[in-house]
Amino acid sequence: MADWLSKITGKTSSADAAKERLKLVLIHDRTDINPEVMEKLKDDLLSAISHHVAIEPSSVKITMMQEGREQRLIADIPLKPHDRKRIG
Amino acid sequence: MTANTITITSGKGGVGKTTATANLAVSLASLGQKVTCIDGDIGLRNLDVVLGLENRIVYDLVDIVEGRCRLRQAMIRDKRFEELYLIPAAQTRDKNAVSPTDMIKLANELRDDMDWIIIDSPAGIERGFRNAIAPADEVIVITNPDVSAVRDADRIIGIIEAEQKGPAKLIINRVNPQMIQRGDMMDADDVLELLAIKLIGIVPEDEHVIVSTNIGKPVALDEKSRAGLAFRNIARRLMGDEVPMMNLELKDDIFHRLSKMFGAGGE
Repeated sequence: MADWLSKITGKTSSADAAKERLKLVLIHDRTDINPEVMEKLKDDLLSAISHHVAIEPSSVKITMMQEGREQRLIADIPLKPHDRKRIG
Repeated sequence: MTANTITITSGKGGVGKTTATANLAVSLASLGQKVTCIDGDIGLRNLDVVLGLENRIVYDLVDIVEGRCRLRQAMIRDKRFEELYLIPAAQTRDKNAVSPTDMIKLANELRDDMDWIIIDSPAGIERGFRNAIAPADEVIVITNPDVSAVRDADRIIGIIEAEQKGPAKLIINRVNPQMIQRGDMMDADDVLELLAIKLIGIVPEDEHVIVSTNIGKPVALDEKSRAGLAFRNIARRLMGDEVPMMNLELKDDIFHRLSKMFGAGGE
C-alpha cells in the first residue's frame, strides 16, 4: 500500500524497505543461492551458451523472481546477430 | 464425530501462538464445540496460564506418555466451558521425553470424543515442532508483520510442505494500523505476497491481550477487544463460515486521505 505513496513523495518507507529486503532474503533462504553461487552460475551459463551461439556477455541479465511459493531463475540473454555469410 | 487436529506454529517465538491457541479453543468452545488444547512446549509451560488454569494442573503430557496417568486424568476441564479441556506441558528439561509417535497415539485416543484438537507448538524447527505437527490434519502458521517473523514463517511453511502437512494457512497477528498508515509496518497484502499461502485471519495489536493474560481470561471472551473479535471470527472461519476480514483501517475521512497522500513516507 505504501508503494504508490512513495512514488508520489519520492521517499521509501521503512515498510517498503522491509518488503524489498524480505523478497531477496526469502529467495536466498528458499533456494540456497547466495550472490557467490549466483556469480558462478552466471559464468557457467554464459560459457555453455556461448559454445552454441554468439552472445553479448555484458548485456546478459540473470535474476531470481518469486511467484507465489515458487522461485524462478530468469535469464535474459540478447543474442548477437550472426554474419550473413552463406555458402551456395 | 472425529476431531479436526490443528497445530499452531510460527518458527519465531513470541508472535502469538499460545494466545491464538487459547483464544481459538475458547471461541470454538463457545460455539458449542468439544475442544482439547495441548501445550506442546515441554519445559516452558504457558498455555495453562493464558487460560487461567494454572492452579489445576495435576498431570501433564509427559505423565501421559510415560504411563503415570491415564489420558483423561491429565485433561483439565476449563472453568467456563464444559467441553473445553487442556493437556498441559511438562516442566521437564528433557525435550526428548515425547516423540512424534507419542503425539499421534495421543491424538488418536482423543479423536473420537472431540470436535477439535488444537496443539500449541513451541517455537523453532526441532523436536518440539516435529512432535506438534505429527498428528496434525492441518497447520496454521502465525506471523507478525516484521522482517524476522515473516522470514521464519516462510521457513516453517517450507518445512511443513516438506513434511507433507501442507498447505499451511496463515494468521497475521499484532497488526498496527497506525504504523501501517505511516508506512512503518508492512500490511497484510505485503505479507501475503511474500508468504503466498491462504490467509485465515488478521489480528490487530491490542492492549486487552496483555490484560487478559494478567487475569487468565482469554481475550476472545472480552466483547470490548478487537483482537478478541478477530479470534472469534477465525474460529467461525474454521467452522466453515465465510466471515469478512475486519476492517482495520483508521477512519477514512477527507483529512485522513489528504494526510496519507502528502504526509506518509517518513520525515
